[in-house]
Amino acid sequence: MLPEIGLLALILALILALLQGVLPLLGAARGDQALMAVGRSAAWGQFVFLFIAYLILTHAFLTHDFSVAYVASHSNLALPLKYQLSAVWGGHEGSLLLWALMLGFWSVMVSIFSRSLPADVLARVLGVMGLVAVGFIGFMVFTSSPFERLIPAPLDGRDLNPMLQDPGLIFHPPTLYMGYVGFVVPFAFAIAALLGGRLDAAWARWSRPWTAVAWAFLTLGIGLGSWWAYYELGWGGWWFWDPVENASLMPWLTGTALLHSLAVTEKRGTFKNWTVMLAILTFSLTLLGAFLVRSGVLTSVHAFAVDPSRGSYLLGYMAVVVGISLSLFAWRGPKVGLGGSFGMFSRETGLLLNNVILVVACAAVLLGTIYPLVLDALGLGKISVGPPYFESVFLPLMLPLMLLLGFGPTVRWKQDDPLQVLRRLRLILAFSLVVGMLWPLAVGSWSLLAAMGTFLGLWIMATIVHDVFVRLRQTPPVPEHDEAKSPRVRRLGLGYVGMQLAHFGMALMVVGITFVIGYDQERDVHLRIGETITVAGYDFRLEGISRVQGPNYVADRGEVTVFDGERQLPTLYPEKRYYPSQEMPMTQASLNRGIFRDLYVSLGEPLPDGSWIARVYYKPYMNWVWLGCLLMTFGGLIAAADRRYRLKTAQASVAHPDPAVLANAKPSGTG
Amino acid sequence: MRLRFVWPLLAFVVLVALLWVGLSLNPREIPSPLIGQPAPAFSLPELHDPEKQVSHTDLLGEPVLLNVFASWCVSCRHEHGVLVELDKYGIPIYGLNYRDTRDDALRYLRAAGEDPYTAIAFDERGLVGIDWGVYATPETFLLDSQGIIRYKHIGPISPQIARDTIIPLYHQLLAEEVPSS
Repeated sequence: MLPEIGLLALILALILALLQGVLPLLGAARGDQALMAVGRSAAWGQFVFLFIAYLILTHAFLTHDFSVAYVASHSNLALPLKYQLSAVWGGHEGSLLLWALMLGFWSVMVSIFSRSLPADVLARVLGVMGLVAVGFIGFMVFTSSPFERLIPAPLDGRDLNPMLQDPGLIFHPPTLYMGYVGFVVPFAFAIAALLGGRLDAAWARWSRPWTAVAWAFLTLGIGLGSWWAYYELGWGGWWFWDPVENASLMPWLTGTALLHSLAVTEKRGTFKNWTVMLAILTFSLTLLGAFLVRSGVLTSVHAFAVDPSRGSYLLGYMAVVVGISLSLFAWRGPKVGLGGSFGMFSRETGLLLNNVILVVACAAVLLGTIYPLVLDALGLGKISVGPPYFESVFLPLMLPLMLLLGFGPTVRWKQDDPLQVLRRLRLILAFSLVVGMLWPLAVGSWSLLAAMGTFLGLWIMATIVHDVFVRLRQTPPVPEHDEAKSPRVRRLGLGYVGMQLAHFGMALMVVGITFVIGYDQERDVHLRIGETITVAGYDFRLEGISRVQGPNYVADRGEVTVFDGERQLPTLYPEKRYYPSQEMPMTQASLNRGIFRDLYVSLGEPLPDGSWIARVYYKPYMNWVWLGCLLMTFGGLIAAADRRYRLKTAQASVAHPDPAVLANAKPSGTG
Repeated sequence: MRLRFVWPLLAFVVLVALLWVGLSLNPREIPSPLIGQPAPAFSLPELHDPEKQVSHTDLLGEPVLLNVFASWCVSCRHEHGVLVELDKYGIPIYGLNYRDTRDDALRYLRAAGEDPYTAIAFDERGLVGIDWGVYATPETFLLDSQGIIRYKHIGPISPQIARDTIIPLYHQLLAEEVPSS
């Protein structure tokens, strides 16, 4: 009975989404306050019903209701509780429910935090979000209901894919979806602006915090996915240029471009059309991602069960949503003014370059991802595009971008003097060049690529430190009693702090990626009990193998002691797990993580002579990549919390009281 | 309406059209251009006995399986038992030991226990594998008595695939053989 109520809740949510999508837009067009006000209540209602459906599905998992087909294929009696809870989004239908739930959540958030918006803007934004929700909830109701019955019910379920039975899965999809879905907000703002004909600085300011939050979640989601793949798949890799990873990277790239382009639109009133285009593009890429993952047009380790009707639905939906948006852009775009002009060497130029590089990078990734599909569709044969392509196009684009990242935030808006900037930064440039060239020697043999990577990483870090100091010195003196209440860093503005934190994270990531790509060591070995192998100066000894019984698996657990010379490091316990319910072996790697290196052992198969196949990795600076990701996430969230986004709209277009922004007129300004 | 505002829409329409066509295709189905073609010619040393040669002519005369394997390939271990059963069932199986060393391959076979292969061609550098379009081990080809490739399976052979696909096809090929001879 409950699952039927769940389906009913979905249908009600669909109807409410339809109301949310149609009435407020109609109201905004006619200037009818009552119709416009429907948006908020419909958004709340839609969210409540989606939440009810979500709770019912969770309940079905907790009570092992295998008469629900989705539960039967993604759970079983022995599945531990935490994975029963996360299995709710472990498959296509459930993850779609999570997606829709988050979309509803964002609608509700907009209705809460955007109370100060003009009524017609809010109505249009909620209307667009409602229409988007109609597509997703309809997709669930018409092709992918998670409440489908399986009669007669099996006695036990098929179990959750063992690869997904990991804490990584608990957090990766929800954060990733929060990011994906979050980009619907800037999209809705852009469409609302096109509809209403109001593309001004205020519009950009309303969009910025939402974009920053969505971007932060997407960053964290991608990072978590990578972190999970790194230790769960046992290959020691963390990015595979798999179509589904690319599907998340593409909106991240354009989303990053959007974040920067919005800054220009807000501060200088220019780049408006471009910003609108990026907002549409980013959201379209999240839809494209959903299509690629859920339609089975591409082969990927992540792909969900394939069903052609789902593919056609999603493609049709994408064609309608993106087609209408781009038509609207083609119709309304030319009417938007151009905004302020700027000189050749200015902050605007830097951000324009940033945008061009990011969009080109996204286009390159898109090309590589769909190239096999395009060739196949044109009947030109089957091929696959692998990491060498992506690496060779990505690297030459990222190097100039990173160089630019150091300069950008220190250059003035409108017009700056290149010689002066160079003079300001020459010591930093020299410092990062010298130290960057030497740093790789601390890890291994010198290579130009590694030296460039460390130079760029240091260059970014050093310019950030320099800029922060310069600004702290420039903030106008504040009376003594005020000092305690607002520390100096606070007065830089959260927007600025968030930006520099995210940039610093990027720098850490650059250094981490440089070292882990350039200097990781990997050995495939046959180890006998008691045998020692040396990798990168560390001795690994296989002490023994024991049989371990897990809740729903049996495992061979190796005990590997690790010595750094004389010093003993924590013992590693890699496992080879076997999940009887799915007849599937799984590798559970064991890691010793450190600031400057990870040691990583994954256990392979036993050999008849009593030895074991094992893979031993030395991964220098791996944690810098994850730390960089975290800093970027926090940076995005902090920037979104900047108080000027919470100011009333009435004050929005007047000059700003924030001292850090007053300092804008001086050498540098906030991004 | 200026043109530069329209081209994103046009690009998108092209993309959707391509995706629409792509939707009707199955990316997992990798059609081997070799199906229906004679087996590519090769002549390689035998794995156990380097003095002997194994060549495509050895595959003629009756339906046979050609299995591409390597000692470094984990899923080859998983299908090994199925190959042993198919051998016991009476299907001749030839091996193509792909990108391997002789020592590793022999150790692998000893470790696996029974050796299901009638003969094993030792393709140390993987050059013959290129002719056969091998892109991931294990791969298995079913050839008819004329040496024409009739079926190809990529990935380990599960007991189901052996039972539901390979054995019926093998019998079909055997039956085809009777009228022609």
